Amino acid sequence: MSSQEIRQIQQDKKLVEIQNLKVYFHQRSTMLGKKVTLHAVDDVTLTLKEGEVLGLVGESGSGKSTLARTIVKLHRPTSGQVAYRGEDISRQDRKSSKEFRRHVQMIFQDPYESLNPQANVFNAVLEPLIIHGLARDKTEREAKVIELLRMVGLDPASKMDRFPHELSGGERQRVAIARALSLNPELLIADEPVSMLDVSIRLGILNLMLELKERLKLTYLFITHDLGVARYIATTVAVMYHGKIVEIANPDELIAHPLHHYTNLLLASIPGSELSEPSRQSTEYTFNPAEPPQGCRFHPRCAAAKEKCSTEEPTLTEIRKDHFVSCHYPLAA
Amino acid sequence: MSTMAGLRLEPSDAQAPLLEVKNLSVSYKTGFGQVKAVDNVSFTINSGEILGLAGESACGKTTTALSIMRLHDKNTIIEGNILFKGKNIVDLTDEQLREFRWKNVSMIPQGSMNSLDPVMTIGDQIIEAIRAHKQTSKSDANATMERVLTAVAIHPSRAKNYPHEFSGGMKQRAVIAMALALEPQLVIADEPTTALDVVVQKQLLDLLKQLREHLRISFLFVTHDLSVISEISDRVAIMYAGKIVEIGQNKAVLSHPSHPYTEALVDSVPRVFGKRELLNSIPGNPPTGIWPTGCRFNPRCKYAFDLCREREPELELSNTGTMSACHLISHPNRA
Repeated sequence: MSSQEIRQIQQDKKLVEIQNLKVYFHQRSTMLGKKVTLHAVDDVTLTLKEGEVLGLVGESGSGKSTLARTIVKLHRPTSGQVAYRGEDISRQDRKSSKEFRRHVQMIFQDPYESLNPQANVFNAVLEPLIIHGLARDKTEREAKVIELLRMVGLDPASKMDRFPHELSGGERQRVAIARALSLNPELLIADEPVSMLDVSIRLGILNLMLELKERLKLTYLFITHDLGVARYIATTVAVMYHGKIVEIANPDELIAHPLHHYTNLLLASIPGSELSEPSRQSTEYTFNPAEPPQGCRFHPRCAAAKEKCSTEEPTLTEIRKDHFVSCHYPLAA
Repeated sequence: MSTMAGLRLEPSDAQAPLLEVKNLSVSYKTGFGQVKAVDNVSFTINSGEILGLAGESACGKTTTALSIMRLHDKNTIIEGNILFKGKNIVDLTDEQLREFRWKNVSMIPQGSMNSLDPVMTIGDQIIEAIRAHKQTSKSDANATMERVLTAVAIHPSRAKNYPHEFSGGMKQRAVIAMALALEPQLVIADEPTTALDVVVQKQLLDLLKQLREHLRISFLFVTHDLSVISEISDRVAIMYAGKIVEIGQNKAVLSHPSHPYTEALVDSVPRVFGKRELLNSIPGNPPTGIWPTGCRFNPRCKYAFDLCREREPELELSNTGTMSACHLISHPNRA
């Protein structure tokens, strides 16, 4: 095969395949003693291709974080499947599971979710290497940590001995990224990595992530509630609502031709948007993951909802080229 | 002609400003010595006006907001004058302050929607706030409570609900209702939409605009979110390292920034609409407590020249009509 053909095959390579994934949480409701089931992820089918940056956009409670955490095995699927390079991740033995953790890493909104406040930067970045038995001797370890810190734009000499509380928010996040990269992962899942950072620092982290993606041939699943950030970094955007994927398209296509009424509402709500707000909108709608609406999840708030919407669930369909929407009456294409 | 930042050059029969902050400095006593969190800040707010105060962490915007409500403790040193309807509130006694607060100026502090008392109904919490600042009968307080809930588009029947039965947006509106209860002329809102989804955020911003229209309430709107500030404010003040670096009409400051920090900040926000392009971030970090010599932004400024490292610039009139603290105004050839 020519190198061209090999590259073509690799480009089409599906890294993560999610099939009809449901992640439900069973809780006893504390106020009333009633058992409730939270439909966090509600029948999601999604593919993540190698080299892609998939931006997962949605409000808090939409299920995007739960979806991400299920991919890194922090939650167990209630039903459905998550496959990594064709292998079902819930059927992995211990050895494969450990291998998997080298390939898929996660960074969080709050860097303190990955950084031990009692470990200095050097040890924070080194720890994954030790756990996986890489970098055996002192020289190798130091060299690797220095390389990683430089890669994320931190000066090793001045930062290596610092503790997380001695760093700025942006610096902490860079350390979290260095730590995540120490095992040479293929896939990095980032859950709102810049939301807690100052405005002028966010861009630095986003640009760093773009640069690292090129350099290290990474794939990203990038979760955010900010459409501007999603547009900046993502090659594909998936919009999530109430546990379901409602629309998938590349960012510019999504913004120029929103097909789902929820996407349209999001775009119209952005400060400075020139889009007009959909006419009917329930101001008192309270999102309740224990009691999702019947039929289309968005219908109680939708200006275009008709009878079918409250009884029949729509499915993701390709309406425009490479643009999928889950809606019985999508906006005019 | 006064060089007081933000003073509009209007005819003398114009209404006097509602709030005048003059040369305000606020210093905290810390283990490292005194830290000047707010350094010689001046601005005005007119009746029915929304002033947006924008800046990043440690720029001093929350400290400024707290000073107007006189919410600092005894370890904080406040210098300068804060005039509300011409009366200096810096020297008010505790008793006078209690009279002053909530009736004239009220506040929606950061994260307040998460600080609602979980074991009290929303209605009772509003009534409690009312009766803490004004001698009122229970029935009058109740009537007021229902009135303000209606004003924020919450049906009075929901007064008997507890906070956990409200969504995030509704909780925030309940807190706004609390702040409005005694009909203040000025409401200080500190990051009121930060924890909210963009759809709820829009509803809240629309509500604030309506309140300004119908009730002629002024707002000091403090946030780091430039797109929100741009949507809601009449005038905008940008703070950096304890100082106001630019202040003026909304469009002038944000669409045609004069100060390099304002420009860099505006340019570093990824846009949803408009051209899709790679943006340049501002190098370095915002300083915290230990200020650089000369202009405090100089280490991160792409236009910095020698004077910038030696002398702090004063606010001067820029060519867009804003007041901007930058040596480039008097030395345009160094740009």
